[in-house]
Amino acid sequence: MIAIIDYGVGNLFSLSSSLKAVGADAVITGEPELIKKADKLILPGVGAFGDAMEKLKADGLDILIKEETDKGKPLLGICLGMQMLFQKSYEFGEHKGLGLIKGEVVPMEGRIPQNLKIPHIGWNALKFNGDCPIFKDNKDGDFVYFVHSFYADGCNESVTATTEYGITVTAAAANKNVFGCQFHPEKSGETGLKILSAFCGLEANK
Amino acid sequence: MITKRIIPCLDVKDGRVVKGVNFEGLNDVSSPVELGKYYSDCGADELVFYDITASSDGRRLFTDILKEVASNIFIPLTVGGGINTLEDFDRVLKCGADKVSVNSGAIKNPDLIKAAAEKYGSQCVVISADIKRVDGEFRVFARGGRDDTGMEGVSWIKRCVDNGAGEVVVNSIDTDGVKKGFDIEMLKAVCEAVNVPVIASGGAGRAQDFVTLFNEIPDIDAGLAASIFHFGEVKISDLKQLLNKNNINVRL
Repeated sequence: MIAIIDYGVGNLFSLSSSLKAVGADAVITGEPELIKKADKLILPGVGAFGDAMEKLKADGLDILIKEETDKGKPLLGICLGMQMLFQKSYEFGEHKGLGLIKGEVVPMEGRIPQNLKIPHIGWNALKFNGDCPIFKDNKDGDFVYFVHSFYADGCNESVTATTEYGITVTAAAANKNVFGCQFHPEKSGETGLKILSAFCGLEANK
Repeated sequence: MITKRIIPCLDVKDGRVVKGVNFEGLNDVSSPVELGKYYSDCGADELVFYDITASSDGRRLFTDILKEVASNIFIPLTVGGGINTLEDFDRVLKCGADKVSVNSGAIKNPDLIKAAAEKYGSQCVVISADIKRVDGEFRVFARGGRDDTGMEGVSWIKRCVDNGAGEVVVNSIDTDGVKKGFDIEMLKAVCEAVNVPVIASGGAGRAQDFVTLFNEIPDIDAGLAASIFHFGEVKISDLKQLLNKNNINVRL
């Protein structure tokens, strides 16, 4: 069973539908017992970093997520959920993240050419780096759907995919059993379903 | 680099997809669920789902149809029609919408965009404007193109973006249904005024119209159309091949 962690942020309908489409048994839950029982976790999220971290902490879910991933349970963070895996973010001030992947989350503003629009919204191509197991059925040039204004930086050794938006942007990162996608696999057609399916097929990494 | 998006629009009335010429004389085309799934499978970059009757007679969206569409497609879905309050945002987001498009609701209550952007984020709020030339200026129309609001179009759009709208759909009533191409002049004026994604709507009659759109206005992000896709006059896969041949970056 896969637990989609519900901490009151974002729209979980399409994530849940797309997991159903790849044949996964997924539940949307904020219940610690269910999260402990699940064999995989997905951390979704939209909105602002600080606010989302506060909500996660209010329910003690930050500690629970760390404990569960320390045991080797696979975790996939999506969009803001991916950014929260890093050490800190500079969105509206400076906020501490979960610290599961080394690196920080920085604004696109001032770092990408001025003629490009922010947020980075739309379909962009991936370039893979190494052999991340969740991308085993994908190839360079596959398109995925992005919506974001901040991105992970200073995480070179953990970057598993990049995309080009005036600069090279971290599209995905991983540290052992912890995976993050800046884009939305649940909104990325067949390409995205392949990624979710590969994640669902992972074994726990003890 | 980011690609130009091709977006089929599903105008829905009584649970069926319809498309009128200049907003009148509606024809039944097909089922929203079937069309949505078909487009998602054949390479559409996004879908727009409008309940075109909602703002005129207050009818609520058929949320069960929306849920069914959203469970079957895995590309971004924008929903509009009858969005007047934050509760309306909540209702369609819970049924699987990724973005919510506001038109008459923002004209009636200009604070709606700001409140929605604060609650759900700008990425979720789309301002859709129906614009027509009246006495030599771009004029905003409400209620599905029926009422002249007297407001100037470009400044209205700019105000909505300043309030937090994260994307703009410009629907030219002058070119809608005429099938002679997009309203380049109107779209250029909007693109020059705002720096969020702008989606062109109204007037596509053949694949070449999209080539002209993206060549004439490099800043435009997407082209939206309904009937030419629904009736199979233009296949999305063929359209994308044509754009690619013309050096316009698309998702193939």
